[in-house]
Amino acid sequence: MTTAIDKIAAADPTAPVAVGRGRRSRGLVRGLLPPLVVGVGGLAVWELTVKVGKVAPFILPAPSAIWEQFWLSRSVIWQTGLATGANALVGLIAGALVGILAAMAASRFRLLGEVSIPVAAALNALPIIALAPILNNMFDSTSSIPRRVVVSIVVFFPVFINTLRGLREVDPTHRELMDSYAASGWTFTRLVRLPGALPFVFTGLRQASSLAVIAAVVAEYFGGLQDGLGSRITSAASNTAYPRAWAFVVGACVLGLVFYAVALGLERLATPWRSR
Amino acid sequence: MTAVALSGVGKVFNAGRADQVVALTGVDLTVESGQFVSLIGPSGCGKSTLLRLVADLIPLTTGTLTVAGKPARKARLDQEYGIAFQQAGLFEWRTVLRNVELPLELRGTGRRERKRRAEEMLELVGLADFAAHYPAQLSGGMQQRVAIARALAVHPPLLLMDEPFGALDEMTRERLQDELLRICAQTGTSTIFVTHSIPEAVYLSDRVVVMSPRPGRITDVIEIDLGPRSEATRQSAGFFAGITKVRRALRGTPAPASASAEVAAG
Ligand SMILES: Nc1ncnc2c1ncn2[C@@H]1O[C@H](COP(=O)(O)OP(=O)(O)OP(=O)(O)O)[C@@H](O)[C@H]1O
Ligand SMILES: [Mg+2]
Repeated sequence: MTTAIDKIAAADPTAPVAVGRGRRSRGLVRGLLPPLVVGVGGLAVWELTVKVGKVAPFILPAPSAIWEQFWLSRSVIWQTGLATGANALVGLIAGALVGILAAMAASRFRLLGEVSIPVAAALNALPIIALAPILNNMFDSTSSIPRRVVVSIVVFFPVFINTLRGLREVDPTHRELMDSYAASGWTFTRLVRLPGALPFVFTGLRQASSLAVIAAVVAEYFGGLQDGLGSRITSAASNTAYPRAWAFVVGACVLGLVFYAVALGLERLATPWRSR
Repeated sequence: MTAVALSGVGKVFNAGRADQVVALTGVDLTVESGQFVSLIGPSGCGKSTLLRLVADLIPLTTGTLTVAGKPARKARLDQEYGIAFQQAGLFEWRTVLRNVELPLELRGTGRRERKRRAEEMLELVGLADFAAHYPAQLSGGMQQRVAIARALAVHPPLLLMDEPFGALDEMTRERLQDELLRICAQTGTSTIFVTHSIPEAVYLSDRVVVMSPRPGRITDVIEIDLGPRSEATRQSAGFFAGITKVRRALRGTPAPASASAEVAAG
Protein backbone atom coordinates (compact mmCIF):
# COMPACT_ATOMS: atom_id res chain seq x y z
CA MET A 1 0.00 0.00 0.00
CA THR A 2 2.74 2.40 0.98
CA THR A 3 4.83 1.78 -2.12
CA ALA A 4 1.81 2.04 -4.41
CA ILE A 5 0.99 5.52 -3.13
CA ASP A 6 4.62 6.55 -3.32
CA LYS A 7 4.71 5.51 -6.98
CA ILE A 8 1.58 7.50 -7.77
CA ALA A 9 3.05 10.53 -6.04
CA ALA A 10 6.35 10.18 -7.89
CA ALA A 11 4.56 9.87 -11.26
CA ASP A 12 2.37 12.91 -10.60
CA PRO A 13 3.60 16.13 -12.25
CA THR A 14 2.19 18.23 -9.39
CA ALA A 15 4.38 16.30 -7.02
CA PRO A 16 4.45 18.45 -3.85
CA VAL A 17 0.67 18.74 -3.63
CA ALA A 18 0.14 15.12 -4.57
CA VAL A 19 2.60 13.93 -1.97
CA GLY A 20 0.79 16.00 0.63
CA ARG A 21 -2.54 14.52 -0.35
CA GLY A 22 -1.12 11.02 -0.52
CA ARG A 23 0.27 11.38 2.96
CA ARG A 24 -2.97 12.67 4.31
CA SER A 25 -5.13 9.84 2.89
CA ARG A 26 -2.50 7.30 3.79
CA GLY A 27 -2.49 8.74 7.31
CA LEU A 28 -6.26 8.44 7.41
CA VAL A 29 -6.19 4.79 6.32
CA ARG A 30 -3.39 4.06 8.76
CA GLY A 31 -5.25 5.87 11.49
CA LEU A 32 -8.56 4.12 10.86
CA LEU A 33 -7.41 0.58 10.13
CA PRO A 34 -6.09 -0.49 13.56
CA PRO A 35 -9.15 0.65 15.55
CA LEU A 36 -11.42 -0.97 12.94
CA VAL A 37 -9.57 -4.29 13.17
CA VAL A 38 -9.53 -4.16 16.97
CA GLY A 39 -13.19 -3.12 17.09
CA VAL A 40 -14.47 -5.85 14.77
CA GLY A 41 -12.24 -8.44 16.43
CA GLY A 42 -13.41 -7.35 19.86
CA LEU A 43 -17.07 -7.63 18.84
CA ALA A 44 -16.48 -11.13 17.48
CA VAL A 45 -14.79 -12.24 20.71
CA TRP A 46 -17.61 -10.65 22.72
CA GLU A 47 -20.30 -12.42 20.66
CA LEU A 48 -18.52 -15.77 20.95
CA THR A 49 -17.96 -15.44 24.69
CA VAL A 50 -21.61 -14.63 25.34
CA LYS A 51 -22.91 -17.39 23.03
CA VAL A 52 -20.47 -20.15 23.99
CA GLY A 53 -20.25 -19.24 27.67
CA LYS A 54 -24.04 -18.74 27.97
CA VAL A 55 -23.60 -15.44 29.80
CA ALA A 56 -26.88 -14.17 31.26
CA PRO A 57 -28.19 -11.11 29.36
CA PHE A 58 -28.44 -9.02 32.55
CA ILE A 59 -24.69 -9.44 32.93
CA LEU A 60 -23.76 -8.91 29.30
CA PRO A 61 -26.00 -9.20 26.23
CA ALA A 62 -24.48 -10.32 22.93
CA PRO A 63 -23.64 -7.61 20.37
CA SER A 64 -26.12 -9.17 17.96
CA ALA A 65 -28.90 -8.80 20.53
CA ILE A 66 -27.93 -5.19 21.20
CA TRP A 67 -27.84 -4.47 17.49
CA GLU A 68 -31.29 -6.03 17.07
CA GLN A 69 -32.69 -3.73 19.76
CA PHE A 70 -30.81 -0.78 18.31
CA TRP A 71 -32.43 -1.39 14.92
CA LEU A 72 -35.90 -1.91 16.43
CA SER A 73 -35.69 1.28 18.50
CA ARG A 74 -33.83 3.32 15.95
CA SER A 75 -36.47 6.04 15.67
CA VAL A 76 -36.72 6.39 19.47
CA ILE A 77 -32.94 6.45 19.76
CA TRP A 78 -32.86 9.15 17.09
CA GLN A 79 -35.51 11.25 18.86
CA THR A 80 -34.04 10.89 22.33
CA GLY A 81 -30.55 11.32 20.91
CA LEU A 82 -31.61 14.63 19.39
CA ALA A 83 -33.02 15.77 22.75
CA THR A 84 -29.87 14.78 24.63
CA GLY A 85 -27.72 16.22 21.84
CA ALA A 86 -29.54 19.54 22.05
CA ASN A 87 -29.03 19.67 25.82
CA ALA A 88 -25.36 18.80 25.45
CA LEU A 89 -24.84 21.34 22.68
CA VAL A 90 -26.57 24.23 24.44
CA GLY A 91 -24.78 23.43 27.69
CA LEU A 92 -21.47 23.05 25.88
CA ILE A 93 -21.76 26.38 24.09
CA ALA A 94 -22.89 28.23 27.20
CA GLY A 95 -20.27 26.63 29.45
CA ALA A 96 -17.50 27.15 26.91
CA LEU A 97 -18.43 30.80 26.36
CA VAL A 98 -18.49 31.49 30.08
CA GLY A 99 -15.23 29.55 30.49
CA ILE A 100 -13.46 31.53 27.75
CA LEU A 101 -14.75 34.89 28.98
CA ALA A 102 -13.84 34.04 32.58
CA ALA A 103 -10.35 33.01 31.45
CA MET A 104 -9.94 36.28 29.56
CA ALA A 105 -10.97 38.24 32.64
CA ALA A 106 -8.75 36.14 34.91
CA SER A 107 -5.74 36.62 32.64
CA ARG A 108 -6.36 40.36 32.45
CA PHE A 109 -6.60 41.04 36.18
CA ARG A 110 -3.95 39.42 38.32
CA LEU A 111 -6.00 39.28 41.52
CA LEU A 112 -8.94 37.71 39.72
CA GLY A 113 -6.59 35.14 38.22
CA GLU A 114 -5.23 34.13 41.59
CA VAL A 115 -8.65 33.84 43.16
CA SER A 116 -10.36 32.15 40.24
CA ILE A 117 -8.34 28.95 40.01
CA PRO A 118 -9.27 27.58 43.46
CA VAL A 119 -12.86 28.66 42.86
CA ALA A 120 -12.90 26.86 39.52
CA ALA A 121 -11.31 23.78 41.09
CA ALA A 122 -13.98 23.76 43.80
CA LEU A 123 -16.64 24.08 41.12
CA ASN A 124 -15.08 21.16 39.28
CA ALA A 125 -15.14 19.04 42.42
CA LEU A 126 -18.90 19.60 42.70
CA PRO A 127 -20.42 16.16 42.11
CA ILE A 128 -22.94 16.33 39.31
CA ILE A 129 -24.91 13.67 41.24
CA ALA A 130 -25.48 16.09 44.10
CA LEU A 131 -26.36 18.90 41.76
CA ALA A 132 -28.84 17.32 39.34
CA PRO A 133 -31.66 16.53 41.80
CA ILE A 134 -31.39 19.97 43.37
CA LEU A 135 -31.56 21.71 40.03
CA ASN A 136 -34.44 19.47 38.94
CA ASN A 137 -36.41 20.63 41.97
CA MET A 138 -35.56 24.25 41.31
CA PHE A 139 -37.18 24.24 37.88
CA ASP A 140 -40.39 22.99 36.32
CA SER A 141 -40.50 19.27 35.53
CA THR A 142 -40.97 20.14 31.85
CA SER A 143 -37.87 22.31 31.77
CA SER A 144 -34.68 21.37 29.94
CA ILE A 145 -32.73 24.01 31.83
CA PRO A 146 -31.49 21.84 34.76
CA ARG A 147 -29.70 19.36 32.47
CA ARG A 148 -28.23 22.16 30.41
CA VAL A 149 -26.96 23.91 33.51
CA VAL A 150 -25.35 20.66 34.68
CA VAL A 151 -23.63 20.32 31.29
CA SER A 152 -22.44 23.93 31.41
CA ILE A 153 -20.87 23.47 34.83
CA VAL A 154 -19.12 20.29 33.76
CA VAL A 155 -17.87 21.93 30.56
CA PHE A 156 -16.72 25.13 32.22
CA PHE A 157 -13.69 23.76 34.02
CA PRO A 158 -11.63 22.19 31.20
CA VAL A 159 -12.35 25.14 28.93
CA PHE A 160 -11.50 27.71 31.60
CA ILE A 161 -8.27 26.06 32.76
CA ASN A 162 -6.94 25.38 29.28
CA THR A 163 -7.85 28.81 27.94
CA LEU A 164 -6.30 30.54 30.94
CA ARG A 165 -3.08 28.61 30.46
CA GLY A 166 -3.03 29.57 26.79
CA LEU A 167 -3.71 33.23 27.50
CA ARG A 168 -0.96 33.35 30.09
CA GLU A 169 1.67 31.74 27.93
CA VAL A 170 2.74 34.73 25.91
CA ASP A 171 6.15 34.53 24.28
CA PRO A 172 8.21 37.41 25.81
CA THR A 173 9.60 38.18 22.35
CA HIS A 174 6.05 38.62 21.06
CA ARG A 175 5.32 41.01 23.90
CA GLU A 176 8.40 43.12 23.21
CA LEU A 177 7.66 43.14 19.49
CA MET A 178 4.14 44.39 20.03
CA ASP A 179 5.50 47.04 22.41
CA SER A 180 7.92 48.12 19.70
CA TYR A 181 4.92 48.52 17.38
CA ALA A 182 3.29 50.67 20.05
CA ALA A 183 0.40 48.18 20.16
CA SER A 184 -1.18 47.50 23.52
CA GLY A 185 -4.41 46.60 25.25
CA TRP A 186 -7.06 45.18 22.98
CA THR A 187 -4.83 45.09 19.88
CA PHE A 188 -2.38 42.95 21.79
CA THR A 189 -5.13 40.65 23.01
CA ARG A 190 -6.66 40.35 19.56
CA LEU A 191 -3.45 39.79 17.62
CA VAL A 192 -1.31 37.83 20.08
CA ARG A 193 -3.11 36.50 23.12
CA LEU A 194 -6.23 35.11 21.49
CA PRO A 195 -4.65 33.40 18.47
CA GLY A 196 -1.88 32.09 20.73
CA ALA A 197 -4.46 30.65 23.10
CA LEU A 198 -6.56 29.07 20.35
CA PRO A 199 -4.83 25.64 20.41
CA PHE A 200 -5.33 25.56 24.19
CA VAL A 201 -8.99 26.56 23.86
CA PHE A 202 -9.55 23.68 21.47
CA THR A 203 -7.79 21.21 23.75
CA GLY A 204 -10.29 22.27 26.41
CA LEU A 205 -13.21 22.06 23.98
CA ARG A 206 -12.23 18.58 22.87
CA GLN A 207 -12.21 17.36 26.45
CA ALA A 208 -15.44 19.25 27.12
CA SER A 209 -17.27 17.86 24.07
CA SER A 210 -17.25 14.27 25.38
CA LEU A 211 -17.95 15.41 28.93
CA ALA A 212 -20.95 17.40 27.72
CA VAL A 213 -22.67 14.30 26.31
CA ILE A 214 -21.87 12.22 29.39
CA ALA A 215 -23.25 14.96 31.64
CA ALA A 216 -26.40 15.38 29.53
CA VAL A 217 -27.10 11.62 29.71
CA VAL A 218 -26.30 11.16 33.38
CA ALA A 219 -28.23 14.26 34.47
CA GLU A 220 -31.43 12.49 33.38
CA TYR A 221 -30.88 9.64 35.83
CA PHE A 222 -31.97 12.03 38.56
CA GLY A 223 -35.42 13.05 37.44
CA GLY A 224 -36.44 16.12 35.52
CA LEU A 225 -37.81 16.02 31.99
CA GLN A 226 -37.50 12.44 30.66
CA ASP A 227 -37.06 12.89 26.93
CA GLY A 228 -33.41 11.93 26.42
CA LEU A 229 -31.17 8.90 26.12
CA GLY A 230 -30.49 8.80 29.87
CA SER A 231 -34.11 8.27 30.83
CA ARG A 232 -34.45 5.45 28.28
CA ILE A 233 -31.39 3.70 29.67
CA THR A 234 -32.79 3.77 33.21
CA SER A 235 -36.31 2.73 32.19
CA ALA A 236 -35.08 -0.13 29.97
CA ALA A 237 -32.79 -1.35 32.74
CA SER A 238 -35.55 -1.23 35.36
CA ASN A 239 -37.74 -3.26 32.98
CA THR A 240 -34.89 -5.83 32.73
CA ALA A 241 -34.74 -5.08 28.99
CA TYR A 242 -30.94 -5.17 29.10
CA PRO A 243 -30.18 -5.41 25.37
CA ARG A 244 -32.43 -2.36 24.87
CA ALA A 245 -30.63 -0.45 27.65
CA TRP A 246 -27.38 -1.27 25.93
CA ALA A 247 -28.77 -0.12 22.60
CA PHE A 248 -29.36 3.31 24.12
CA VAL A 249 -25.89 3.27 25.63
CA VAL A 250 -24.58 2.66 22.12
CA GLY A 251 -26.64 5.65 20.99
CA ALA A 252 -25.05 7.81 23.69
CA CYS A 253 -21.65 6.53 22.65
CA VAL A 254 -22.26 7.51 19.01
CA LEU A 255 -23.48 10.93 20.12
CA GLY A 256 -20.31 11.44 22.16
CA LEU A 257 -18.18 10.46 19.18
CA VAL A 258 -20.05 12.90 16.94
CA PHE A 259 -19.43 15.72 19.41
CA TYR A 260 -15.75 14.83 19.66
CA ALA A 261 -15.34 14.55 15.90
CA VAL A 262 -16.99 17.94 15.34
CA ALA A 263 -14.74 19.53 17.95
CA LEU A 264 -11.72 17.95 16.28
CA GLY A 265 -12.87 19.16 12.86
CA LEU A 266 -13.40 22.70 14.12
CA GLU A 267 -9.94 22.62 15.67
CA ARG A 268 -8.40 21.65 12.33
CA LEU A 269 -10.28 24.47 10.62
CA ALA A 270 -9.46 27.09 13.22
CA THR A 271 -5.77 26.30 13.62
CA PRO A 272 -4.56 25.53 10.10
CA TRP A 273 -0.95 26.30 11.04
CA ARG A 274 -0.77 23.23 13.26
CA SER A 275 -2.15 20.57 10.95
CA ARG A 276 0.31 21.04 8.10
CA MET B 1 21.56 63.89 10.94
CA THR B 2 21.89 61.98 14.18
CA ALA B 3 19.95 58.72 14.35
CA VAL B 4 20.56 57.93 18.01
CA ALA B 5 22.14 60.01 20.75
CA LEU B 6 22.76 58.75 24.27
CA SER B 7 24.46 60.84 26.92
CA GLY B 8 25.18 59.82 30.45
CA VAL B 9 22.72 56.95 30.13
CA GLY B 10 22.48 54.58 33.09
CA LYS B 11 20.16 51.71 33.87
CA VAL B 12 19.58 50.16 37.27
CA PHE B 13 17.26 47.19 37.56
CA ASN B 14 15.32 46.65 40.80
CA ALA B 15 16.72 49.86 42.32
CA GLY B 16 16.83 49.88 46.12
CA ARG B 17 16.17 46.18 46.44
CA ALA B 18 18.48 43.36 47.46
CA ASP B 19 18.68 42.14 43.86
CA GLN B 20 19.60 45.56 42.47
CA VAL B 21 21.67 45.34 39.26
CA VAL B 22 23.56 48.23 37.74
CA ALA B 23 23.23 47.17 34.12
CA LEU B 24 24.66 50.32 32.50
CA THR B 25 26.49 53.45 33.66
CA GLY B 26 27.60 56.60 31.89
CA VAL B 27 26.92 55.48 28.36
CA ASP B 28 27.62 58.14 25.75
CA LEU B 29 27.04 57.06 22.19
CA THR B 30 26.06 58.76 18.98
CA VAL B 31 24.97 56.93 15.84
CA GLU B 32 24.94 59.08 12.73
CA SER B 33 22.35 58.57 10.06
CA GLY B 34 23.21 55.67 7.76
CA GLN B 35 25.91 54.40 10.09
CA PHE B 36 26.33 50.75 11.06
CA VAL B 37 27.37 50.36 14.71
CA SER B 38 28.02 47.04 16.43
CA LEU B 39 27.91 46.39 20.16
CA ILE B 40 30.26 43.71 21.41
CA GLY B 41 31.24 42.58 24.88
CA PRO B 42 31.08 39.72 27.32
CA SER B 43 27.79 38.20 28.34
CA GLY B 44 25.90 40.36 30.81
CA CYS B 45 27.61 43.64 29.95
CA GLY B 46 24.31 45.26 29.03
CA LYS B 47 24.17 45.06 25.22
CA SER B 48 20.58 43.92 25.11
CA THR B 49 19.69 46.41 27.82
CA LEU B 50 21.19 49.22 25.74
CA LEU B 51 19.17 48.11 22.72
CA ARG B 52 15.98 47.90 24.77
CA LEU B 53 16.59 51.40 26.11
CA VAL B 54 16.93 52.77 22.58
CA ALA B 55 13.79 50.86 21.62
CA ASP B 56 12.01 52.30 24.67
CA LEU B 57 11.01 48.82 25.78
CA ILE B 58 12.36 49.62 29.26
CA PRO B 59 12.72 53.05 30.91
CA LEU B 60 16.16 54.51 31.53
CA THR B 61 17.34 55.43 35.03
CA THR B 62 19.63 58.37 34.28
CA GLY B 63 20.80 60.42 31.31
CA THR B 64 19.15 61.46 28.09
CA LEU B 65 18.34 59.49 24.98
CA THR B 66 16.98 60.70 21.67
CA VAL B 67 16.07 58.71 18.59
CA ALA B 68 15.74 60.64 15.32
CA GLY B 69 15.94 63.81 17.40
CA LYS B 70 12.89 62.86 19.49
CA PRO B 71 12.48 61.36 22.94
CA ALA B 72 12.69 57.55 22.75
CA ARG B 73 9.03 57.13 23.63
CA LYS B 74 7.85 59.39 20.85
CA ALA B 75 10.19 57.62 18.43
CA ARG B 76 8.67 54.27 19.40
CA LEU B 77 5.12 55.53 19.00
CA ASP B 78 6.08 56.96 15.60
CA GLN B 79 7.64 53.59 14.74
CA GLU B 80 10.96 55.16 13.91
CA TYR B 81 12.76 51.85 14.24
CA GLY B 82 12.47 48.21 13.30
CA ILE B 83 13.71 45.59 15.73
CA ALA B 84 14.83 41.98 15.38
CA PHE B 85 15.60 39.85 18.39
CA GLN B 86 17.87 36.87 18.84
CA GLN B 87 14.82 34.61 18.53
CA ALA B 88 12.96 35.12 15.27
CA GLY B 89 9.79 35.62 17.32
CA LEU B 90 7.44 34.96 14.40
CA PHE B 91 3.74 34.54 15.05
CA GLU B 92 3.23 30.87 14.26
CA TRP B 93 -0.46 31.35 13.42
CA ARG B 94 0.33 33.83 10.66
CA THR B 95 1.77 32.94 7.29
CA VAL B 96 5.20 34.28 6.42
CA LEU B 97 3.64 37.07 4.37
CA ARG B 98 1.21 38.05 7.13
CA ASN B 99 4.05 38.08 9.64
CA VAL B 100 5.94 40.59 7.54
CA GLU B 101 2.73 42.57 7.03
CA LEU B 102 2.03 42.90 10.75
CA PRO B 103 3.99 46.10 11.51
CA LEU B 104 2.44 47.69 8.42
CA GLU B 105 -1.02 46.55 9.50
CA LEU B 106 -0.52 48.23 12.88
CA ARG B 107 0.52 51.41 11.13
CA GLY B 108 -2.75 51.43 9.24
CA THR B 109 -1.21 50.80 5.84
CA GLY B 110 -3.80 49.73 3.26
CA ARG B 111 -4.21 46.09 2.39
CA ARG B 112 -2.79 46.23 -1.10
CA GLU B 113 0.17 48.46 -0.23
CA ARG B 114 0.89 46.19 2.75
CA LYS B 115 1.03 43.11 0.56
CA ARG B 116 3.21 44.82 -2.02
CA ARG B 117 5.72 46.01 0.58
CA ALA B 118 5.83 42.66 2.37
CA GLU B 119 6.40 40.82 -0.89
CA GLU B 120 9.15 43.25 -1.78
CA MET B 121 10.85 42.61 1.58
CA LEU B 122 10.55 38.84 1.21
CA GLU B 123 12.10 39.18 -2.23
CA LEU B 124 14.94 41.10 -0.62
CA VAL B 125 15.71 38.29 1.84
CA GLY B 126 15.18 35.63 -0.85
CA LEU B 127 12.00 34.11 0.55
CA ALA B 128 9.42 35.24 -1.99
CA ASP B 129 8.46 31.62 -2.68
CA PHE B 130 7.61 31.00 0.95
CA ALA B 131 5.07 33.78 1.43
CA ALA B 132 2.17 31.40 1.97
CA HIS B 133 4.03 29.04 4.31
CA TYR B 134 3.66 28.99 8.06
CA PRO B 135 6.77 29.69 10.19
CA ALA B 136 6.86 26.10 11.48
CA GLN B 137 7.48 24.97 7.91
CA LEU B 138 10.69 27.01 7.64
CA SER B 139 14.19 26.29 8.86
CA GLY B 140 15.68 28.40 11.64
CA GLY B 141 17.73 30.48 9.23
CA MET B 142 14.71 31.13 7.04
CA GLN B 143 12.69 32.20 10.06
CA GLN B 144 15.45 34.58 11.00
CA ARG B 145 15.35 36.10 7.55
CA VAL B 146 11.59 36.54 7.84
CA ALA B 147 12.17 38.38 11.12
CA ILE B 148 14.67 40.64 9.37
CA ALA B 149 12.21 41.26 6.52
CA ARG B 150 9.57 42.13 9.12
CA ALA B 151 11.91 44.57 10.84
CA LEU B 152 12.67 46.21 7.49
CA ALA B 153 9.09 46.24 6.20
CA VAL B 154 8.18 49.68 7.51
CA HIS B 155 11.39 51.05 5.94
CA PRO B 156 12.57 52.08 9.38
CA PRO B 157 15.19 54.81 9.46
CA LEU B 158 16.78 52.83 12.30
CA LEU B 159 17.32 49.09 12.62
CA LEU B 160 17.99 47.48 16.01
CA MET B 161 19.25 43.91 15.90
CA ASP B 162 20.05 41.73 18.91
CA GLU B 163 22.27 38.84 17.82
CA PRO B 164 20.01 38.11 14.89
CA PHE B 165 22.45 35.66 13.32
CA GLY B 166 23.42 34.01 16.59
CA ALA B 167 21.90 30.62 15.87
CA LEU B 168 22.99 30.32 12.24
CA ASP B 169 25.68 28.21 10.63
CA GLU B 170 28.75 30.01 9.32
CA MET B 171 27.80 29.88 5.63
CA THR B 172 24.26 31.17 6.11
CA ARG B 173 25.59 33.75 8.49
CA GLU B 174 28.05 35.17 5.98
CA ARG B 175 25.44 35.24 3.26
CA LEU B 176 22.99 37.05 5.53
CA GLN B 177 25.67 39.53 6.54
CA ASP B 178 26.12 40.48 2.91
CA GLU B 179 22.37 40.66 2.38
CA LEU B 180 21.98 42.88 5.42
CA LEU B 181 24.72 45.25 4.27
CA ARG B 182 23.13 45.43 0.83
CA ILE B 183 19.69 46.16 2.28
CA CYS B 184 21.05 48.84 4.62
CA ALA B 185 22.97 50.50 1.82
CA GLN B 186 19.92 50.33 -0.46
CA THR B 187 17.55 51.87 2.07
CA GLY B 188 20.03 54.18 3.87
CA THR B 189 19.22 52.61 7.22
CA SER B 190 21.15 53.33 10.43
CA THR B 191 21.83 50.17 12.40
CA ILE B 192 22.72 49.12 15.93
CA PHE B 193 23.76 45.49 15.83
CA VAL B 194 24.54 43.32 18.86
CA THR B 195 26.89 40.41 18.28
CA HIS B 196 29.27 38.06 20.07
CA SER B 197 31.35 37.51 16.97
CA ILE B 198 34.40 39.75 16.49
CA PRO B 199 34.75 39.05 12.73
CA GLU B 200 31.05 39.74 12.23
CA ALA B 201 31.29 43.06 14.07
CA VAL B 202 34.34 44.13 12.06
CA TYR B 203 32.93 43.02 8.73
CA LEU B 204 29.61 44.79 9.15
CA SER B 205 30.41 47.96 11.04
CA ASP B 206 31.55 51.49 10.57
CA ARG B 207 32.21 51.52 14.29
CA VAL B 208 32.53 48.72 16.83
CA VAL B 209 31.51 49.66 20.37
CA VAL B 210 33.32 47.52 22.94
CA MET B 211 31.58 47.08 26.27
CA SER B 212 32.57 45.69 29.63
CA PRO B 213 30.49 44.32 32.51
CA ARG B 214 29.96 45.14 36.20
CA PRO B 215 28.90 47.83 35.79
CA GLY B 216 28.05 47.73 32.09
CA ARG B 217 29.80 50.52 30.22
CA ILE B 218 31.50 51.42 26.96
CA THR B 219 35.25 50.87 27.20
CA ASP B 220 36.29 51.50 23.62
CA VAL B 221 34.99 52.54 20.23
CA ILE B 222 36.91 51.27 17.22
CA GLU B 223 36.51 52.91 13.85
CA ILE B 224 36.53 50.46 10.95
CA ASP B 225 37.28 51.69 7.46
CA LEU B 226 37.25 48.86 4.98
CA GLY B 227 35.38 50.53 2.13
CA PRO B 228 32.65 48.63 0.27
CA ARG B 229 32.60 45.04 1.48
CA SER B 230 33.13 42.06 -0.76
CA GLU B 231 34.31 38.48 -0.50
CA ALA B 232 37.88 39.79 -0.68
CA THR B 233 37.31 41.97 2.38
CA ARG B 234 37.16 38.86 4.55
CA GLN B 235 40.72 38.00 3.45
CA SER B 236 42.13 41.53 3.59
CA ALA B 237 44.85 42.72 5.94
CA GLY B 238 42.64 45.61 7.07
CA PHE B 239 39.94 43.14 8.13
CA PHE B 240 42.39 41.13 10.25
CA ALA B 241 43.87 44.31 11.70
CA GLY B 242 40.36 45.34 12.74
CA ILE B 243 39.78 41.95 14.36
CA THR B 244 43.02 42.26 16.30
CA LYS B 245 42.11 45.74 17.48
CA VAL B 246 38.69 44.67 18.72
CA ARG B 247 40.11 41.56 20.36
CA ARG B 248 42.71 43.68 22.18
CA ALA B 249 40.05 46.11 23.30
CA LEU B 250 37.92 43.25 24.59
CA ARG B 251 40.80 41.68 26.50
CA GLY B 252 42.94 44.65 27.21
CA THR B 253 43.30 47.24 29.89
CA PRO B 254 40.02 49.07 30.34
CA ALA B 255 40.33 52.64 29.14
CA PRO B 256 39.28 55.39 31.58
CA ALA B 257 35.58 56.08 31.30
CA SER B 258 35.99 59.74 30.33
CA ALA B 259 38.39 58.96 27.48
CA SER B 260 36.06 56.34 26.06
CA ALA B 261 33.17 58.73 26.36
CA GLU B 262 34.96 61.24 24.15
CA VAL B 263 35.72 58.64 21.53
CA ALA B 264 32.16 57.51 21.69
CA ALA B 265 30.84 61.01 21.27
CA GLY B 266 33.13 61.63 18.29
N1 LIG C 1 14.62 42.65 33.38
C1 LIG C 1 15.74 42.60 34.12
N2 LIG C 1 15.65 42.60 35.46
C2 LIG C 1 16.76 42.56 36.21
N3 LIG C 1 18.00 42.53 35.73
C3 LIG C 1 18.16 42.52 34.42
C4 LIG C 1 17.04 42.54 33.53
N4 LIG C 1 17.50 42.52 32.26
C5 LIG C 1 18.84 42.46 32.35
N5 LIG C 1 19.25 42.46 33.63
C6 LIG C 1 20.64 42.45 34.09
O1 LIG C 1 21.35 43.44 33.39
C7 LIG C 1 22.63 42.97 33.04
C8 LIG C 1 22.83 43.13 31.56
O2 LIG C 1 21.95 42.26 30.87
P1 LIG C 1 21.85 42.21 29.28
O3 LIG C 1 20.79 41.26 28.93
O4 LIG C 1 21.74 43.58 28.77
O5 LIG C 1 23.28 41.60 28.90
P2 LIG C 1 23.87 41.28 27.47
O6 LIG C 1 25.10 42.08 27.29
O7 LIG C 1 22.83 41.41 26.44
O8 LIG C 1 24.30 39.77 27.65
P3 LIG C 1 24.25 38.58 26.58
O9 LIG C 1 25.44 38.78 25.70
O10 LIG C 1 24.42 37.35 27.41
O11 LIG C 1 22.97 38.65 25.86
C9 LIG C 1 22.73 41.54 33.52
O12 LIG C 1 23.48 41.53 34.71
C10 LIG C 1 21.31 41.14 33.79
O13 LIG C 1 21.26 40.30 34.89
MG1 LIG D 1 21.74 40.00 25.18
